[in-house]
Amino acid sequence: MITIKELPDENLFTAGHTACPGCGVAMSIRNAIRVLGKDTSVYVPASCAVVFGTTFPYGAWKVPFFHTAFENTGACLTGMQAAFEKKGKKVTSVGFAGDGGTYDIGLQSMSGAAERNDDVIYICLDNEAYMNTGIQRSGGTPFGAWTTTTPVGAKVQGNRRFKKNLGEIVAAHEIPYYATLSIGHPLDFIRKVEKAKNIKGFRFLHMFTPCIPGWKMDPAKTVEVTKRAVESGMWTLYEVENGEKKITFKPGKMKSVRDYLMMQGRFRHMSDEDIKKLQMWVCKKWNLHYKEKGAPEVCEIAPPEEHHAVTEEHREMHGP
Amino acid sequence: MKKVITGDHAVALGAKLCRVDVVPAYPITPQTLIIEHIADFVNDGEMDAKFLTMESEHSVMSAAAAASAAGARVFTATSSQGLAFMYEMLYATAPLRLPIVMVNANRTLGGPPGIWCEHNDSMGVRDSGWLQVYVEDNQEALDMVIQSFRIAEDKRVLLPVMPCLDGFVLTHTVEPVDVPQQEDVDSFLPAFAPDIMLDPARPAMMGIFMPAEYIMELRRQTMGAVESAKKVIREINDEFARVFGRNYGGMIDTYMMEDAEVALVTMGTVTSTSREVVEELRKAGKKVGLVKLRFFRPFPSEDLRKALSGVSAVGVFDRSISYHGGGPAFNEIQSALYGMTVPVINHLAGIGGRDVTREQIIKMFEITIKAGNGEKVNPINWHNTRGETV
Repeated sequence: MITIKELPDENLFTAGHTACPGCGVAMSIRNAIRVLGKDTSVYVPASCAVVFGTTFPYGAWKVPFFHTAFENTGACLTGMQAAFEKKGKKVTSVGFAGDGGTYDIGLQSMSGAAERNDDVIYICLDNEAYMNTGIQRSGGTPFGAWTTTTPVGAKVQGNRRFKKNLGEIVAAHEIPYYATLSIGHPLDFIRKVEKAKNIKGFRFLHMFTPCIPGWKMDPAKTVEVTKRAVESGMWTLYEVENGEKKITFKPGKMKSVRDYLMMQGRFRHMSDEDIKKLQMWVCKKWNLHYKEKGAPEVCEIAPPEEHHAVTEEHREMHGP
Repeated sequence: MKKVITGDHAVALGAKLCRVDVVPAYPITPQTLIIEHIADFVNDGEMDAKFLTMESEHSVMSAAAAASAAGARVFTATSSQGLAFMYEMLYATAPLRLPIVMVNANRTLGGPPGIWCEHNDSMGVRDSGWLQVYVEDNQEALDMVIQSFRIAEDKRVLLPVMPCLDGFVLTHTVEPVDVPQQEDVDSFLPAFAPDIMLDPARPAMMGIFMPAEYIMELRRQTMGAVESAKKVIREINDEFARVFGRNYGGMIDTYMMEDAEVALVTMGTVTSTSREVVEELRKAGKKVGLVKLRFFRPFPSEDLRKALSGVSAVGVFDRSISYHGGGPAFNEIQSALYGMTVPVINHLAGIGGRDVTREQIIKMFEITIKAGNGEKVNPINWHNTRGETV
C-alpha cells in the first residue's frame, strides 16, 4: 500500500485555482488525483470545481479534463471509458461530482453506469448542498441545516428532512466497491483511493467535503470539522467490497452531535428539540454501523463542552 | 449489392460500413430498429464497436460527447421526445466541435402524443450548431450516414451532423437499396484522427468554463464552421457521386427547374411524390419545377436564390409549424430570398404523420401558380385540414 511519504510530489491539480481557502472539495480533488496518477481522464459536471478549476484561459488540471453539463457524470464516464477501451488505451476514467450532481439531478446517470458496472471511478464530493449556485438544499443536506431554500423562518427553521442514504442506494447496485472518505483521515483516504484504482468495474468514492461559505465555518477548521463529523457519527467511514461491508475507522467514544453542530453557522439556529431529533437519528446510524452483536446501544446526548462552543473570533467572522 | 430493406436497416448498415467505434443507444419509436440492427451486428461479431445500452437519451448524447472527445468515431440515433430530451447536450456538443453523427427519425414531438412523421422534433434544434440533412429515400439515408461522417470530421467543419429521415414513411418501409462495398467506404472515409482529444499523453481541458470576455468569439467560430461546411458538403457530394455513382446535388437538388415558371420547395419523402406531380403537370403544359431542400443547416441561401431566380412564384412545403404563422422552411426561405420580388407561399401538410397525397401537391402548385399570375392567395395554407382555425 502507498504511504503518504510515497505519494508523488507533483500536483496534477495545480496551485492557482480559485477555490475558497479551506475548500474541502479542492483538498479532496488534489489528494485523490495524486493517488490516481497521470493516466487518468477526468469528468467534472457543473459545480464549483468547474469554475475554480477551469475558467478560460486558465486551468488547473494536468490530466485530461472534460465538462459538458450537470446531470450526466455517469454517462460521460461510460462514453469516455468506452473510447479508451476501443482504442486499447489504459486510462482510468474518473468523475468528480457534487452532492446535487449525484444525490439529485445526476442520480439516474450514476445509476445507469453503476448498473452496467462500467469500469470507471465515480467520486461524489459531498458538501451537503448546492454550493455553486449559492447554498440551496439538496438530497444530501442534513436535518436542521440552514440553506437559502431551507431558511430559518418564524414558522419553519432549516431543512426538515434527514440526509438521503446514498451509500445504501449505490451499494444496492451490487458494484465491486463503495467507500466513504474524509480528508480528516488521510491514511484511510489514500488507502481507499488506491484500492479503488486497482479494482475493475464501477467504483464509488463518497467524500465528505466541508464548504466554508455554505457551512458558515472557520476556513482553518476544515479538517477538524470532518474529524468531528466522524467522532459524532454524522459521517461514518466504511467500505462495501463485493457486497461485504467493513468499518474502516471506528471512533473511540461517541461525541455529542452538538459539538459538531456548534462549529458551523448553518446549524446555529437549531432548537434543543431539533438537536435532540438529529441526535436520535445519529445514534440510530451509529448503532447500525458500530454496535457489535450483544453490545448495548450507544447514544451521546450530553450538553456541549465549553471549548467546542462558538468562539468570539468566529462570531466576528460570521456574525451571530 | 442490392438489398430490399427498411430505412432503419439501411442506416444501421451505413453505420457499420463507417466502422464506428462507439454506439450509445436508447430505444424510441420509430428509430429503435436502427439500434436493434446494430446490436445484432455487434453480437454477431460483424461489427467491432462498443455498444452502450444507456438509460436515457440525455445519457446517450452525454456518452456520445465524452466518447467523441476521447477520440472515438461515434454514431447514434434518436427521435422526437428523445431528441428533445437531448436538447441540452446538442448545445454542448456542437461548440465543442465533436463530429458525432446521429440519425433522427422524424416523429411528432408531443403533445399530443403521437408516433408518426412530423418535422417539429428536429426543427426545434436547428439553432444548436448541428448540421441537418433531410433525406428522401432509404438509399439516400444510407449514403448520407457515410457522407455525414466525412463532412463532420473534415477539419474545416468539425461539427456534429444529423441526417433526418421521415418516421415510418422511410424507417419502417422497405425499398431496394444498393449497399456499398466495405473497401469503397474505407477508401472514401479514412479513420477518425482528431488533433485534440482527451489523452493523458497530451492532456487537454475540453468544455471549460468561459467568461463573457471570450464566449462571443467562440460563437463566431462555430458560425464560421457552419458556413465553411457549405463548400465541404458540395465537394463531398461530388466525390461521392464519382465513387458511388449517386449524385444528390449537394445542399439542394432540383428537378425540371431549368425553364420552370413556378417552383415548389420540399423536404423529405414528399419530394418523391412531388416529382411525379411535376411530370404530370408538365404533361398538362404547366411549367413547374421542384427544389429539394436537403440541408437545413447550413441553410443553402445562395443555392436557393440561384435556383429560384427565374420563377414567378415559390411554394414552400413545411411538415411542421413554428407558431409565427408559417413553417420553419417558409420562414428561412423568405429570409434567404429577401430583396427578390418573387411571392413565397407556404403549404403546411403531413403534420402529425397525415399522408401527403398527389392531390394535395397538385393543390399546392395550383395556389402557387395563381400567386405567380398576380392573383391574391393566402400566404399560408393548411392542406387537408378539418374544422376552424381557433
